[in-house]
Amino acid sequence: MRVNFTVNGRPQEADDVWEGESLLYVLRERLGLPGSKNACEQGECGSCTVRLDGVPVCSCLVAAGQVEGRDVVTVEGLADFAKQRSEGGCATGACGTTLQDAQQWQAKGTDSQTGEGTELSPVQQAFIDAGAVQCGFCTPGLLVASDELLERNPNPSDADIREALSGNLCRCTGYEKIMDAVRLAAARQSEGV
Amino acid sequence: MDFLRPASWEEALAAKAEHPTAVPIAGGTDVMVEINFDHRRPEYLLDLNRIGDLTEWEIGEESVRLGASVPYTKIMENLRAELPGLALASHTVASPQIRNRGGVGGNLGTASPAGDAHPALLAAGGEVEVESAARGTRLIPIDEFYKGVKRNALEPDELIRAVHVKKADGPQQYSKVGTRNAMVIAVCAFGLALHPESRTVRTGIGSAAPTPVRAKAAEEFLNAALEEGGFWDNGKIITPSVAKQFADLCSASCNPIDDVRGTASYRRHAVGVMARRTLTWTWESYRGTRRTTEGAA
Amino acid sequence: MPTNGAPTKITQGSQTKGGIGESTLRPDGTLKVTGEFAYSSDMWHEDMLWGQILRSTVAHAEIVSIDISEALAMAGVYAVLTYDDLPTDVKNYGLEIQDTPVLAHGKVRHHGEPVALVAADHPETARRAAAKIKVDYKELPVITDEASATAPDAILVHEGRDDHHSGHVPHPNIVHRQPIVRGNVAQARERADVIVEGEYTFGMQDQAFLGPESGLAVPEEDGGVHLYVATQWLHSDLKQIAPVLGLPEEKVRMTLAGVGGAFGGREDLSMQVHACLLALRTGKPVKIVYNRFESFFGHVHRHPAKLYYEHGATKDGKLTHMKCKIVLDGGAYASASPAVVGNASSLSVGPYVIDDVDIEAIALYTNNPPCGAMRGFGAVQACFAYEAQMDKLAAKLGMDPVKFRQLNAMEQGTIMPTGQPVDSPAPVAELLRRIKAMPLPPERQWESSEGADVRQLPGGLSNTTHGEGVVRGVGYAVGIKNVGFSEGFDDYSTAKVRMEVIGGEPVATVHTAMAEVGQGGVTVHAQIARTELGVTQVTIHPADTQVGSAGSTSASRQTYVTGGAVKHTCELVREKVLEIGRRRFGSYHPAWATAELLLEGGKVVTDGGEVLGDLIDVLEGETVEIEAEWRHRPTEAFDLHTGQGNGHVQYSFAAHRAVVEVDTELGLVKVIELACAQDVGKALNPLSVIGQIQGGTTQGLGVAVMEEIIVDPKTAKVRNPSFTDYLIPTILDTPTIPVDVLELADDHAPYGLRGIGEAPTLSSTPAVLAAIRNATGLELNRTPVRPEHLTGTV
Repeated sequence: MRVNFTVNGRPQEADDVWEGESLLYVLRERLGLPGSKNACEQGECGSCTVRLDGVPVCSCLVAAGQVEGRDVVTVEGLADFAKQRSEGGCATGACGTTLQDAQQWQAKGTDSQTGEGTELSPVQQAFIDAGAVQCGFCTPGLLVASDELLERNPNPSDADIREALSGNLCRCTGYEKIMDAVRLAAARQSEGV
Repeated sequence: MDFLRPASWEEALAAKAEHPTAVPIAGGTDVMVEINFDHRRPEYLLDLNRIGDLTEWEIGEESVRLGASVPYTKIMENLRAELPGLALASHTVASPQIRNRGGVGGNLGTASPAGDAHPALLAAGGEVEVESAARGTRLIPIDEFYKGVKRNALEPDELIRAVHVKKADGPQQYSKVGTRNAMVIAVCAFGLALHPESRTVRTGIGSAAPTPVRAKAAEEFLNAALEEGGFWDNGKIITPSVAKQFADLCSASCNPIDDVRGTASYRRHAVGVMARRTLTWTWESYRGTRRTTEGAA
Repeated sequence: MPTNGAPTKITQGSQTKGGIGESTLRPDGTLKVTGEFAYSSDMWHEDMLWGQILRSTVAHAEIVSIDISEALAMAGVYAVLTYDDLPTDVKNYGLEIQDTPVLAHGKVRHHGEPVALVAADHPETARRAAAKIKVDYKELPVITDEASATAPDAILVHEGRDDHHSGHVPHPNIVHRQPIVRGNVAQARERADVIVEGEYTFGMQDQAFLGPESGLAVPEEDGGVHLYVATQWLHSDLKQIAPVLGLPEEKVRMTLAGVGGAFGGREDLSMQVHACLLALRTGKPVKIVYNRFESFFGHVHRHPAKLYYEHGATKDGKLTHMKCKIVLDGGAYASASPAVVGNASSLSVGPYVIDDVDIEAIALYTNNPPCGAMRGFGAVQACFAYEAQMDKLAAKLGMDPVKFRQLNAMEQGTIMPTGQPVDSPAPVAELLRRIKAMPLPPERQWESSEGADVRQLPGGLSNTTHGEGVVRGVGYAVGIKNVGFSEGFDDYSTAKVRMEVIGGEPVATVHTAMAEVGQGGVTVHAQIARTELGVTQVTIHPADTQVGSAGSTSASRQTYVTGGAVKHTCELVREKVLEIGRRRFGSYHPAWATAELLLEGGKVVTDGGEVLGDLIDVLEGETVEIEAEWRHRPTEAFDLHTGQGNGHVQYSFAAHRAVVEVDTELGLVKVIELACAQDVGKALNPLSVIGQIQGGTTQGLGVAVMEEIIVDPKTAKVRNPSFTDYLIPTILDTPTIPVDVLELADDHAPYGLRGIGEAPTLSSTPAVLAAIRNATGLELNRTPVRPEHLTGTV
């Protein structure tokens, strides 16, 4: 079957989709967007988290056919998504202070093997700065979930962060640096940096 | 495999009538796991995402008509006052991502004894609204809905449209035991609702029998004990012996198995503990409400 | 007695920004947060096929027949391979003993063993085809434990063994046996005022890395193949793959694809040979990606173990002797079992001084899932048991458990049970002092003005308690782990370092075959190059087999050994650069000839700080490139009868204090805090060090309260191969993990560093167990502890 939907603001068309394919498979194998990760394919790890019409979901549990005509944001589009939000405000008004310049928090050139000059969202930068990335396989899902948390709740308590990220498994970090990263992103956001 | 995308409820019913083996998919949180893990290859997938009214709810006089696909997140956020037990149960479902997609219709359709919504529905009381193109709508009392392990009272051509859950007329509680503090399938679960209007207590037990069950003997015992002691009127603390007997009877109404998630013996034990605790919490809350009302009057 | 961490003195490069000791950021960080980092499962190639493995549905059976005809006839299927299609006489592989069939031949020995391969144009087609392969099994009785394995008439898991351990084991179903005898236990026992015995059980833990086994094999024009894969050791894979394919090693090119965690689970081959076989047969690129279910069958697990211990102590609290037997279940194939036995036995005493010991460790062949490397590698199981024993002894003596440990703690100069002296700092008592001195978290932290916050109580969001039945407990543990490969293994690494001027700047390129699995080796390599070469810009070349072996990313060894190789090679490059400088500019300044010269901040300077010239001038038009090997001090094998020998090169120590709250009625545990103190020798990257300690601590927590692969003892089949039923800690299960880092240099190691990755995984588990015992008063001789163990409802 054919599926038409929007990914990171761009209309996409996937052809010859097998009916049992998940949104995750279509993103990764048909649209060249492997950022969303395939760690469990049973909704138990959160590595494939994307926004579906704004709502964080496990893309492995969305049938490809179900996204017809809908809007998907993946980790690849997160920086743009955050930038647009900061420029345009958001419907809920819960976005906190305007994020003027995400570029300020780019990875330091001296440390960046590649990807220099890439524009990052505040939460992406905070994950790098806080040491929240080790193997990085859980990172895309955690970023999408964390970004959505901070959109909803700009000043989350530790318990709020833990609850919001309780659907995202990480095997490397013991989560402490992930907590640090979300706190850091929230603090920078509230300082309007 | 064929993917059917009805744009309306009528189309969905027609598709289900034409293809009774079609597997409805809404949140996908059960069906897609089975497909991804190669456990199931249905001939037809029947997507219900395009049917808008399945994600809506109406608060009526007696009950809430909850669309089959209203995500658990929405129940937690919007129906805490009307359906406190179900809201608590919704909060224990898997992860935020799953709660954003899954709904009570899926729990009912799968009818796994471990479904988190069942004990809350049994305790609150209600009816499942199902429909077929051929015979129209029927309301199945929740007590008659669960027929066996992963079997329910649906006919092959029927779809679940909504569930009518009685609005809370008293405190409700819900507890679930899992071996992790989040994102865990129930080892066992317990729902309890006080119904001061009818002066009854209802319960629901999950994952401790082939189907979700009520602890009827425990309810009868407690109803009688509360009545006898005038507890509903005097608002006294429930005596430990009554609570214990209630808990023991709840344990006794389980018919659990040993599996990788827990032993039968543990399940029986844990249901008793949850029964005692949820009774204490709800009754304390009831007494508190009584005091406040009396104080105000 | 060490008191505080004095950082090692570093002269060369200490003025260069981004050198060692700084928390520089990951070079792959940006790619990893944007989703662009290419993990092995992300590989894609025009025209590629998907590989699928058919696995045995039973644990132990003769294969009567395999019929592939229906599968082969399916549209979209390009190849179906069985044992009969293997191209050479080499039909097995294995890390130490080549006992693992590439595809089952005549017999399957464990549930999930690979039987046949399919390549097709869509993963679903490949799955359907695999399902159409008909395998007729004749089931055999299963060997599942020591009794069934070593019974006189036991079926042999492997007939006709001729490996190098087969000669000294008491039974062919024992992979390897290592006794260690020192002193005279019988005499020492006489001095004991108290004796405690214990029998302990350690459950089967899974590495549960998030990135599934996967890779892409691309056939090459010269008849060879290029494999992009996630592994822990490229060259070890290569050595096992090439002979099976019948290709010389130079025709099997390997490039490390992004690795989504490893923890030991990628030491053995998984899909590597299978993808290559399918690619060579079909002439097309073949991608294989396990799903989570398959991943549970696709790699080895941590050995489940039974441990029998006896300790004695005098009434003033001095340990007199120790006797133990450690039985590790190796499952159907050897994997790393022999080395795990060596570790379990040689570290079975723990970080304590006991002169009289009688130790025996064995690994069994059974029909359970194969077990091998996992973070902590044999030392984990032992630590769980000896730390329980320490608490029992302290209780029996009426002593404080920390004081009791400190009284018996080893220190630099202590002789190990193997006869080897500990020749670098061993601050065991100090680590214990530090965790004990940390402030305890406040009581009843879950109380708030709005009632109990269930998220902070046992049961979490499941709303099982509002404080009822909740009891707090505190427990301590400390452990010892060896660093690097032991027992005489030639443990070396290779680095190729190039220095040149690019765009008007001096740039170093570091090329190793080290598998970056998330640990941050690439970050550290860049730091070392900056420190040693005085440059800012460092490029890390992707890891592949175009450079010599780096050894495995395991045994806490990469910063030590490949870090050591990078340091060593940089030193050679530096000498060469200075030589060029002397040749070109020596006549301009006498210091070129007379002074000790350093490379700092892009310049050549004297040790007195005088600048002699810019690196860009020295290097103009020149490229210096050197590839060199580096190895740590040699070790020796353990004597097969006495266990004596200088088997280890370095040790790593960590201590934990766990604070738990237990719902004693429901048997649910919430770990409130898990504090760790660890000696790291020298923190090359403090941020990464803490990340490693917190991550290792959490894996130890997991196996304390939830993680276990459950194998049916009647069928030897795995009952919970999914993330639904194999649970690892979520962020709501993981407490705050305060870390106190001690830096006492090991003078034998580069920069004085100590391998750090594994030690925190050891003591975490027994600390949590001790805290639960403290809260409940229960004995708890197994891990993980499940609710039924805490409520008497097993």
